[in-house]
Amino acid sequence: MRYNKELTAGKAIQKGPEPNEAVFPMIQHVGEACEPLVDIGAKVKVGQKIAEAKAFITAPIHSSISGIVTGIMEKPHPIGTAVKAIIIDNDWQNTPDESIKPYPALEQMTAEEIVEAVKEAGIVGLGGATFPTHVKLSPPKQNKIDTLILNGAECEPYLTSDHRVMLERAGDIIYGAKAMAKALNVSKIIIAIEDNKEDAIKKLTEEAQKGRLQMDVFILKTQYPQGSEKILVKTVLGRKLPPLGLPLDAGVVVHNVSTAAQVGKTLKTGLPLIDRVVTVGGEFKPIAGNYLVKLGTPMSYLLTELQNVKLRRPKPFKLVMGGPMMGLAQWTMEVPVIKGTTGILTLSPYNLKEWACIRCGRCIKACPMGLQPLFDADDSCIECGCCAYICPAKRQLVQRIKVAKAERRKEREANR
Amino acid sequence: MIFQVSLSPHIRATTTVKRIMFLVVIALMPAICASLYFFQIPALIVYTSTIFTALITEALIMLLRRRSATVFDGSALLTGVLLAMNLPPSTPWWVASIGSFFAIAIVKQAFGGLGMNIFNPALAARAFLLASYPMLMTTWHSPLTFLTTATPLGVAKHDGIAAAVQSTTYLNSFLGLTGGSLGETSALAILIGGLFLMLLRIIDWRIPFCFLTTVAIIAGIFGQDMLFHLLNGGLLLGAFFMATDYVTSPITPAGKMVFGIGCGIITMVIRLWGGYPEGVCYSILLMNALTPFLDKIRWQRDVFIE
Repeated sequence: MRYNKELTAGKAIQKGPEPNEAVFPMIQHVGEACEPLVDIGAKVKVGQKIAEAKAFITAPIHSSISGIVTGIMEKPHPIGTAVKAIIIDNDWQNTPDESIKPYPALEQMTAEEIVEAVKEAGIVGLGGATFPTHVKLSPPKQNKIDTLILNGAECEPYLTSDHRVMLERAGDIIYGAKAMAKALNVSKIIIAIEDNKEDAIKKLTEEAQKGRLQMDVFILKTQYPQGSEKILVKTVLGRKLPPLGLPLDAGVVVHNVSTAAQVGKTLKTGLPLIDRVVTVGGEFKPIAGNYLVKLGTPMSYLLTELQNVKLRRPKPFKLVMGGPMMGLAQWTMEVPVIKGTTGILTLSPYNLKEWACIRCGRCIKACPMGLQPLFDADDSCIECGCCAYICPAKRQLVQRIKVAKAERRKEREANR
Repeated sequence: MIFQVSLSPHIRATTTVKRIMFLVVIALMPAICASLYFFQIPALIVYTSTIFTALITEALIMLLRRRSATVFDGSALLTGVLLAMNLPPSTPWWVASIGSFFAIAIVKQAFGGLGMNIFNPALAARAFLLASYPMLMTTWHSPLTFLTTATPLGVAKHDGIAAAVQSTTYLNSFLGLTGGSLGETSALAILIGGLFLMLLRIIDWRIPFCFLTTVAIIAGIFGQDMLFHLLNGGLLLGAFFMATDYVTSPITPAGKMVFGIGCGIITMVIRLWGGYPEGVCYSILLMNALTPFLDKIRWQRDVFIE
C-alpha cells in the first residue's frame, strides 16, 4: 500500500479560512443527538454552548464564531443524509463567550472535575470515531483500567493531521495525557506511533521528559490498519478483545493524540472544542496542506482552488471526508467540517463493476481479524477495507459486510 | 463538480484478475519456448488449435449467456495454453480443438464460468481426450528427432524402474530431452516459471511443496528413485501450474497443504500400482473434487480477537 503522506507531512498547520456562515449539525458524535439551545435571531459568541442533549453518551456543541443564528433546519451532513443543523451568520468580531476561562492547575482538580470539564467542552474522539471522550474517561466500576494508550498511529494513507499535532502541539498532548491519566487513575501511559513518523517519536519523547511524565513511546510498524483500537491493544499489550468488546474489557483505554491535545488545550485555556486540524489533500495537489479549521466551516471554503479549476468536460471525482480506506464520500462541498473530520481528500473515482471471484485468497491473507471475507465474516470485522482494497476482481467485500453488520445491529437493538 | 459517491475504501490495489492471468502466461513462456524448440511445427499447431478454440468458445458462450465478454481477461487463453502443454506433440489439430471446446464449454462455462468451475478445465479436457482417443493420446515422440518413443514413466510401467532409470539421464529429464506432453518435458523451464510466480506471490508455496515432497517421500519408502520421479512426467507442471489454479484449489493454508499431500499420494498410487504410467492429471482432478471440503479447514491464525 502506498501511504502518500509526503504531500502534506512537511506542511505546518495553517489557520484555515473563516466562513461567512457556519453550519453546526446536531449529530457530530456517537450517541444521543443534540437539541438546539438557541433560537433564530439569537446572538452567539465564540465558544458558547449552542446545543446539548440530556443523556450520558452525547457531547454538547459550541459555536466556533460569533454572530447571529439565521436558521435551524436540515442541512447536508457528511454521513450522506440531511441532519438538523444550526446556521450562524458570522459577524467577524470573534467575541469570546464570558464562560471561557482557564481551569485551575491539574493538581487542584479532582478526577470528576476533569471528566466534567471534558464533557462540557464537547470533546469527542478526534481520530474520526467521535465517541464522547468523557464516557471513555469514566469507565464502569467493574472494569479495572491499568493502561492508557495514546493512539498516534495515523495509519490511513494521505492523512497527516495527527502527525502535525504531535509535532506542533506536543505540550498540549502531554498535559492532556496527564489529565486523562488522573481521571482514569492509571499510572501506565503508552503512546503508540508508526515508524514513518520519526520526528514525532523524537518530539514526544523529549516533551514527555520536559513535562516530567512517565510515558513509554511504543514504535509501531507502518501498516494499515495498525491504528484500529483492537489491533493497537493487541500489538502494544498483547491483549485480545471479544468480537463486540471494547478496549476497556481488556483494562485499557485508547485515546487519539489529537483528542489528548484538545483535552490539554481545553484545561489550559477553557476553550471548548471549536476547531480542529484537518488534512486537505489527495490527488488534487494545489490545495494540499494541514489547516486549523473552525468547526462548521463548509468544505467549499477549503476547496476554493478546486472550484476555480476550469475543466473542459466536468470529470467526476471523489470528495472524501476522512481517510481513503474508511472515509465517507461526499456528494456536495456544502457539508461542514465536523468534529470527526480528520481530512478532506480528492481522489480519482473508480469503476464500480465487479468481476468474478477467482478464489485467489488475497482477502483472507489481508484480513487483520482472521476472517474469510469471500465466504463470511462476523461482528469482529473492523471495517478496515483491506479485503476490498486488495481484491483483484474488485469485489465489494467490506461493503457487503458493513450492510450485514448494520442489519445485525438493528436486530440486536430490536431484541433488547 | 460531479462527485462519485460510494462506500469506502476509496483506493484500491492495482492488481486485477487480468494481470494475474497474463503473469501466469508469462511464467509459462520458458516452458512454451522449450516445447516449441523441441517439437517445432507440430507443437505450434497444437498451441494454435487449443488457444483459438478456447477464445472462440468463450466468446460464443458469453454471447449466448448474454454476459459481458470475458474473452480478453486471459483466463480462456490460459486454459488453452495449459491444455496444449498437457497434450502429446503429435495430437491432430481437430483433437486439440475438441479438447479445448470441452474445457471451456463443459468444464468451465456449464458450471457458471470463471470462478465457478469445480475441476481444472485443462486437466478435465485432457482426461476427456484420453478416454476418447486412447491411441492418439498415448503416442509419444522424442524431441528434435521426432521418432516414436516411450516416456520414461511408460518405460517404468512396462519394464520396471531400473530399466526406466537406465533409459534416460537426470540431465536429459531436467532439460527436457525425453518423450512426453508438450509442456512437461523440461523441468528447468517449468521451475523458472514456477519460482517466478512464487516470487511475485501469485502462487503459494504450500501446494507445490507438499505435492513434490509427498511424491519424493513415497518414492523413497518404496525403494524407487526419488529424483527420477520428481523430474519425469507431468509432476512439475502439475504441481506449479495445474494444482495451484486458484479456482479449483483450497483457499486456506491448511487446506492447501492437505490438497498438496493428497495429490502426491494419488499420483504415486497410480504411478506404482495403477494402470496408467502417470497419475498427476487424475490426482489433481480427484483433489479438485475435495476442494469445497478442504475449504472448511480453518487454520487458527494469530488474529487480534479471541
